[in-house]
Amino acid sequence: MTVISTIPDREKLQLTMVAEFDAPVEEVWQVWEDPRKLEKWWGPPTWPATFTDFDFSEGGAAEYHMTGPDSEKAPGYWRFQAIETNRRIQIQDGFANEDGSMNEEMPTMVMTMTLDEEGGKTTMTTVSKFNSIEDLEQLLEMGMAEGMTLAMGQIDGLL
Amino acid sequence: MPGLVRSVLSYNQMVVDVPTKPEFDEDQVDLVFHALADRTRRDIMGKVSRGEQSISDLARQYEVSFAAIQKHVAVLERASLVTKRVQGRQKLVQNNPETLRRATELLAEYERVWTHRIKAIGQILDQGKDEERKAR
Repeated sequence: MTVISTIPDREKLQLTMVAEFDAPVEEVWQVWEDPRKLEKWWGPPTWPATFTDFDFSEGGAAEYHMTGPDSEKAPGYWRFQAIETNRRIQIQDGFANEDGSMNEEMPTMVMTMTLDEEGGKTTMTTVSKFNSIEDLEQLLEMGMAEGMTLAMGQIDGLL
Repeated sequence: MPGLVRSVLSYNQMVVDVPTKPEFDEDQVDLVFHALADRTRRDIMGKVSRGEQSISDLARQYEVSFAAIQKHVAVLERASLVTKRVQGRQKLVQNNPETLRRATELLAEYERVWTHRIKAIGQILDQGKDEERKAR
């Protein structure tokens, strides 16, 4: 696994990450399509994600929550805006209410993931796009970055 | 990732120092609140936060005159919410550089989130390979 490049675009408020995996495209696709695999990487180790509903189809939605160290739950949802098997996914990610419904008052963001295979290796490009600097700030300031940084300190110890 | 965020707040405040905001003087606060008290000006802020725009571009998007938009931008500029720069014959309006710097910092933090995820995906794929090898 190698991160090939990282392209932050502060004008467009988006982050592009390009990574290469030593695996065929079908296997990389599975970490997005299979909710049990997805759960192993979407949330940080201290806040693992559990997908409780997963309608993997265009226009379909997924419900998930993350569970914190004190068993507190943070609910979120995905809406699959586009799916091209083994090629591309576009997802809107947002906050959910306690009952799993979408919380329209909170910020949302859009992620686009593209796969390209060459010589048995797969390049994965993800573009994360925020609507406004306020949204990005709110998402990060409310704890995501700190939570992630803490979690990453732990995972770096394991690798 | 938003799902994580809200509930983490209280947890993180216990362990992480929340950066303190720079203090503004009262006159500056008045200017900012006056500037943001107007719906069109708030809307302009939203538009330029997504990327700089010329005053003519902005004027085209509202049903008011070019001069009116120019005045709105001047009010935002006095409150240090936006800055103008000249490019050729155009005047481009952009978020205050401080805000842009903040955007850069925030994107760098978000980058760490993805670096972690990519590592985790790499591990899942490697595990799959190990299992395949054992099965043979």
